Amino acid sequence: MDELQELYREVILDHNRNPRNFGELADATRVVAGVNPLCGDKMTLYVKLAAGKIEDIRFQGTGCAISVASSSLMTERVKGLPVVLALQLFDKVHDLLTGRREHEQAADLDKLAALGGVREYPSRVKCASLGWHALKSAVGDDTTSNVTTE
Amino acid sequence: MATAERHVPQLKRDFAALRRDFPALHQLVHGKPLAYLDNAASSQSPVSVHEAVAEQQRLNHSNVHRGVHQLSERSTAAYEGAREKVRRFINASSLAEVVFTRGTTESINLVAGSFGQRLGAGDEVLITGLEHHSNIVPWQLLRERTGARLVVAPIRDDGSLDVGAFDALLGPRTKIVAFAHVSNALGTVNPVEALIAKAHAVGAVVLVDGAQAVPHLRVDVQALDCDFYAFSGHKMFGPTGTGVLYGKRALLEEMPPYQGGGDMILTVSFERSTYNALPYKFEAGTPNITGVVGLGAAVDYLEALDFAAVAAHEHALLEQASRRVLAEIPGARLIGTAPEKASVLSFVVDGIHAHDLGTIVDSEGVAIRTGHHCAMPVMDRFGIAATARASFAFYNNQDDVDRLIAGLRKAVEIFRG
Repeated sequence: MDELQELYREVILDHNRNPRNFGELADATRVVAGVNPLCGDKMTLYVKLAAGKIEDIRFQGTGCAISVASSSLMTERVKGLPVVLALQLFDKVHDLLTGRREHEQAADLDKLAALGGVREYPSRVKCASLGWHALKSAVGDDTTSNVTTE
Repeated sequence: MATAERHVPQLKRDFAALRRDFPALHQLVHGKPLAYLDNAASSQSPVSVHEAVAEQQRLNHSNVHRGVHQLSERSTAAYEGAREKVRRFINASSLAEVVFTRGTTESINLVAGSFGQRLGAGDEVLITGLEHHSNIVPWQLLRERTGARLVVAPIRDDGSLDVGAFDALLGPRTKIVAFAHVSNALGTVNPVEALIAKAHAVGAVVLVDGAQAVPHLRVDVQALDCDFYAFSGHKMFGPTGTGVLYGKRALLEEMPPYQGGGDMILTVSFERSTYNALPYKFEAGTPNITGVVGLGAAVDYLEALDFAAVAAHEHALLEQASRRVLAEIPGARLIGTAPEKASVLSFVVDGIHAHDLGTIVDSEGVAIRTGHHCAMPVMDRFGIAATARASFAFYNNQDDVDRLIAGLRKAVEIFRG
């Protein structure tokens, strides 16, 4: 696979075409707006927290395929997860995107490993991480309701 | 050749030959020859600029306007020589009217920060819906300092200025009118002469953001009769970190300094300081001497070009690329279709975000800009977050257009299967 094919894997293209958990969540307990000032992309993440778990999660906004697919994959993966595990996952994905974690070791990330293709594209790491930063802000101790990739 | 023309040097118009002067254009990117179509963001520079910069650094490096030693004399001569080149290039009437800055952004901030001090609550600054952030935010900061109002003349669906609305917004409260000569996001060429005359009729001063115009059109600040004209070195084949503010002498004389420091003073005591003459009053601290020397070399290069041929060449590329994007890329739509355009092709493709287009064409060696182009209000006007933008310089050619189209077709294949 060349670098471009690795970036635009079928799972990425699929989640871009048909993003999962896309739209507003009426009974969200946390709403976080994410902005990528590099490109002007905006997304809003809705999270419903209950008893330390992510009971429901949805997102909406505009973005490139990498950004939309990453947010879509993220919501699919963390829905139903305890917050503490979601935060651990954030760290693993962050390492994957920034190249601190080798593909081989990414096996436990399952489908999320597809995001590893951005490592060869430093300018696209921010696209892939926007949704994850919004997640961290929504479920973590940090109570800011606006995140940026800067 | 007619007798009267005998001493006029032949202006250059062999663009294929000129392309050889730009080493950056002759390299492989991802294993493919580079097709550089991001000139509106920053243009490549010719060898003569690189050599001028290198010589300044290798042999002449020293400070200007200070030393009596040989190297300082040489640096001062090179730096002030570049000022004279710029003066001639834009036809300013005096060297006092040519202020070196870091770029267009600093030039506009200088006017907003210095001239802007005379504005008060109720005064108005009129800009247009086409502006780059650098011609919006300095005026918003001025608004916060002074209570002045910021008024925006809207643009039409084709990306041209709504001149009727512009006229209606001009009035006795209008103190500053600021607009782009050529839009960076859409390529629209504004009818600057007419706009300047109308603004003057209500007693306003006019700042023209010429960053996108200077590499493509001959600019004569006296013929335009603008009060201020701002542009950047790195978009006209010179180094980054260099720019120019042209200002009418009478206005610059009246204006307070923008920054304080060395070189902008005559005398300093703890009680008071007196300021240096123009243009030094606005050049506090050691300037970007090396960069300005490079800018001077870029002006020399531009002066040797046949600008009518440059405009015709770039226009032909723009026309052809626009037609082919529409015809050959399914779902493509042009953003900005004003009758008067210069060298910018901004477009979107259904179902493929501009960033993805940019990454995919880059894998084919084609450099374009994607995003909001520092003009978010323009994007909002068209209800989009981003466009892909190909922007041309005289050194671009047919092959660059072919490569752009091929790269975009690859993006469509990847996304639509």
